[in-house]
Amino acid sequence: MSSRLPTGGRVDRSAPLRFTFDGVEYPGLSGDTLASALIANGVLTVGPSLYRERPRGVVTAGVDDPHALVQLERPQNEPMQLATTVELCDGLVATGLQGRGRLEEEPDEALFDKTYLHTDVLVVGAGPAGLAAALAAGRSGARVVLVDDQPELGGALLGGREEIDGRPGPAWVAEVRAELETQPETRVLTRATAIGYHDRNYVLVAERRPDRPGGGGRLWHLRARQVVLATGAHERPLVFAGNDRPGVMAAAAVRTYLGRYAVLPGRRAVVFTTGDSAYATALELAAAGAVVPALVDTRPEPPAALVEAARAAGIEVLAGSAVVGTEGEERLTGVRVSALTDDGQLTGAVQELACDLLAVSGGWSPAVHLWSMARGTVRYDEALAAFVPDRAAQDVRTAGSARGRHDLAGCLTEGLTAGAEAATAAGFPVEVPATPSCTGDEPPAAPRPVWLVPGESGDPSTWRDHFVDTQRDATVADVHRAVRAGMRSVEHIKRYTTIGTAHDQGKSCGVAAIGVIAQLLGARSPGEVGTTTYRGPYVPVSFALLAGRERGPLFDPVRTTPVHPWHVRRGAVFENVGQWHRPRYYPRPGEDMDAAVLRECRAAREGVAMMDASTLGKIDVIGPDAGVFLDRLYTNGFAKLPVGSARYGVMCRADGMVFDDGVTVRLAPDHYYLTTTTGNAAAVLDWMEEWLQTEWPELRVSCTSVTEQWTTVAVVGPRSREVLAALAPGLDVSNEAFPFMTVRHTELANGLPARICRISFSGELSYEVNVAGWYGLALWEAVLAYGAHAGITPYGTETMHVLRAEKGYPIVGQDTDGTVTPQDLGMSWIVARHKDFVGRRSFARADTSRVDRKHLVGLLPVDRAELLPEGAQLVAPGTDVTAVPAESLGHVTSSYRSAALGRTFALALVRGGRDRIGDTVLAPLPDGRTVAATVTEPVLFDPKGTRRDG
Amino acid sequence: MLLIACPWCGERDETEFHYGGQAHVAYPPDPEALTDAEWGEYLFVRANPKGEFAERWVHGAGCRRWFNVVRHTVTHDITAVYAAGQQPEDRNGVTA
Repeated sequence: MSSRLPTGGRVDRSAPLRFTFDGVEYPGLSGDTLASALIANGVLTVGPSLYRERPRGVVTAGVDDPHALVQLERPQNEPMQLATTVELCDGLVATGLQGRGRLEEEPDEALFDKTYLHTDVLVVGAGPAGLAAALAAGRSGARVVLVDDQPELGGALLGGREEIDGRPGPAWVAEVRAELETQPETRVLTRATAIGYHDRNYVLVAERRPDRPGGGGRLWHLRARQVVLATGAHERPLVFAGNDRPGVMAAAAVRTYLGRYAVLPGRRAVVFTTGDSAYATALELAAAGAVVPALVDTRPEPPAALVEAARAAGIEVLAGSAVVGTEGEERLTGVRVSALTDDGQLTGAVQELACDLLAVSGGWSPAVHLWSMARGTVRYDEALAAFVPDRAAQDVRTAGSARGRHDLAGCLTEGLTAGAEAATAAGFPVEVPATPSCTGDEPPAAPRPVWLVPGESGDPSTWRDHFVDTQRDATVADVHRAVRAGMRSVEHIKRYTTIGTAHDQGKSCGVAAIGVIAQLLGARSPGEVGTTTYRGPYVPVSFALLAGRERGPLFDPVRTTPVHPWHVRRGAVFENVGQWHRPRYYPRPGEDMDAAVLRECRAAREGVAMMDASTLGKIDVIGPDAGVFLDRLYTNGFAKLPVGSARYGVMCRADGMVFDDGVTVRLAPDHYYLTTTTGNAAAVLDWMEEWLQTEWPELRVSCTSVTEQWTTVAVVGPRSREVLAALAPGLDVSNEAFPFMTVRHTELANGLPARICRISFSGELSYEVNVAGWYGLALWEAVLAYGAHAGITPYGTETMHVLRAEKGYPIVGQDTDGTVTPQDLGMSWIVARHKDFVGRRSFARADTSRVDRKHLVGLLPVDRAELLPEGAQLVAPGTDVTAVPAESLGHVTSSYRSAALGRTFALALVRGGRDRIGDTVLAPLPDGRTVAATVTEPVLFDPKGTRRDG
Repeated sequence: MLLIACPWCGERDETEFHYGGQAHVAYPPDPEALTDAEWGEYLFVRANPKGEFAERWVHGAGCRRWFNVVRHTVTHDITAVYAAGQQPEDRNGVTA
């Protein structure tokens, strides 16, 4: 049975659509929401309630609906959509939800994007007040952005019967829209919901784009000089027994369904109100052909003109009364009405009225969400019975029903004024336009709020069908229990009862709940209780929208070296080091990581191997005071480093903890070339800048990142010298001419100019060859070619780690964690005695000079094949590991299999570790086994360093 | 999202900046002359006022310059921006 009215509405009768809900196909019209199309087909019930499985129906016509949750399956899969905000399209498929949706496992292919925009005036909401504000502001020539969450501008005017300048509301809307379109600096966004209001008028707007293939949307980041909030108001529900039954709807929503969508939600309707606005609903229901047996008004003396108009339409007005109960199973079949005493108690006989629709108006709550997110305060207005905006905390104004103004002329005047004032304040002075004449929406008389309609029997502790938050199935009995438990703060009661925590975050029930709490606490008004905190987002938004294009490969920048294409071709297995994609190892057919790494390590120790070391952070430190500067940052000295020489250095934070390490080369008296840990390059540059700018501005030094300007290939192993000799025929590579820790410049055999450092991170004879970044691949291929006769073997980061760990070289950030001093690492030798440097004073602090600090030591598992997991905790023998907490000595920081040692080994931070050399420690593992290991010096391979120096 | 007026680049979004903590905590000229308690004070102790607070920011995604800001820790209102090395009272010479 169709509930579609034969005429009227904003729907397009020439554009019929088909859609499917809960497996049944229905007709609809272009311009429908899913909810209006369902109601047109007589379907009001959407899904059972979350906990009590009570039938629930559509209540409102917008974002504040508490029940109409659906899983959208077509045109795209979206969980937890509101039927009242889903625009109908042909072929749409949806199912009703019981409070929770299901996330599609397939990636969302819709296009989501972000846009950043500055504007002079932002107007949120395109009802009469917002349109007026945008119009007035736009006439100033200021940049204006108007956003509204509906597909069409106009707000309540779209479904109302008001007239402006003698024409229907929608005609005025069209005229305003036409003028806005002629303003070159005005931008209008529809289907765009302002979801967050942040510091300094930074407003996030979520725009839906259902017109695009596959849907999607845009997240607008707007920064506005001035903001006008014309966000309207939400109609409140009323709390009475059985107020959750399908067929109980918000009165203004009923009017919207009638006027905007031309659907009649019920044939026989009772209206229940605390104020004037629902009279229009009653009259329009009657005019649309519904029987309206009664209008129940809590006020003992409603305005005479309204009562007269209702009676003229055949509607009986039951003044000073309330609905006290409902009947029906899947759908409302009747209501029970009782008179109210002055203090809100029930009196007299209960009257039963048959009906299939109850249109409820519990008053209006200004939508102060964005206002409050902007840290504006609200106050309770007793006359309006509502929380209204009070003091602004940013450059923001409110207009219309968002500040409690409900008559059309008042909304227009406030909108025009706010828009003109906002433009003027933004530097675009403009007069306030005159308010057009309007009819059909007069200033309302005072409401009589009733926060809790008493039950016909029992007391609040038993009122389990008086629903306060239908989404959470939370009732007056639940609030009563919270109050009885001693809670007084609305924030506590919210959390105890979960009221306002479901998908609409209290848009529908929030203030009604505060009213119930006030009543049960015996407070004079909801103003004494206050509101909970409003937090963004105003409506739920998908992670896909927040992510925009920043997903998959664009989630975070991926950095690769110029040699990367070769690594890919060679089948390298990559690992992420910071943003860098680095080859971890190069497996040959049939090799796993262990086999590949053992092979690569053997090549480096026994023959020659090569690695792409380009990701190493590189900083040019240039200026007459560069040496002095480095002396102040490194624990050891650099001012006296000879030109052409290199030195390893450690940097500490002021607290004495190791921050970074690396080799620095002196290229000229005023030019140092400094290297950092791969993942720490940006932090080290920032650190240097901070000291230069904030503490030592007198130093004549500049620091420049040159990480990507150089490609670095390490040539490593006993046969590296012969490879280098072939690669750099013009260079004397003898140990005497090119000793350890020096740098040479030469031209390679292929003509590339190169900077070659003889340094070693492996303990082997080794050279790091640097060329300009864009020649990187040519360098790599040249090294490969000139090393081919020696069987040169590319190796990745895993082999690099094994080689350096065998030598006891720590990796900052892996073997240290911000609580480790150079002395803890066994590097007292690198800490200068006769100069100050950042961190030095801290070494004398009591905690830093303790002898039982954790030291970096080596560990040899007693079982030579046992590989300790990195991160494993270590305890002394005899420790009760079942005790909580068990006493830990430290943990494993690095652990590998060694080809050179023919066994596994590890590095670890162990309390007093250097005094435990030769002792056994135990590693209790999560699998229940306990592994024994012997503490050793950290340098396990070639402790004298003869290989490196040869 | 704060809008911070970098003295060199003008107003930019907060995301372009890094926070640097309390301003005007100078590195002691002679750390060795300090007691452990005094050194600990420099290392670890910072003011945490409810109200105006002079703090350091660096325009990391812009000019990379450090500068000082007076920000109200409750309202986030920024009432002064001045160059590193200046004191809040002599900020008048700074473009803000």
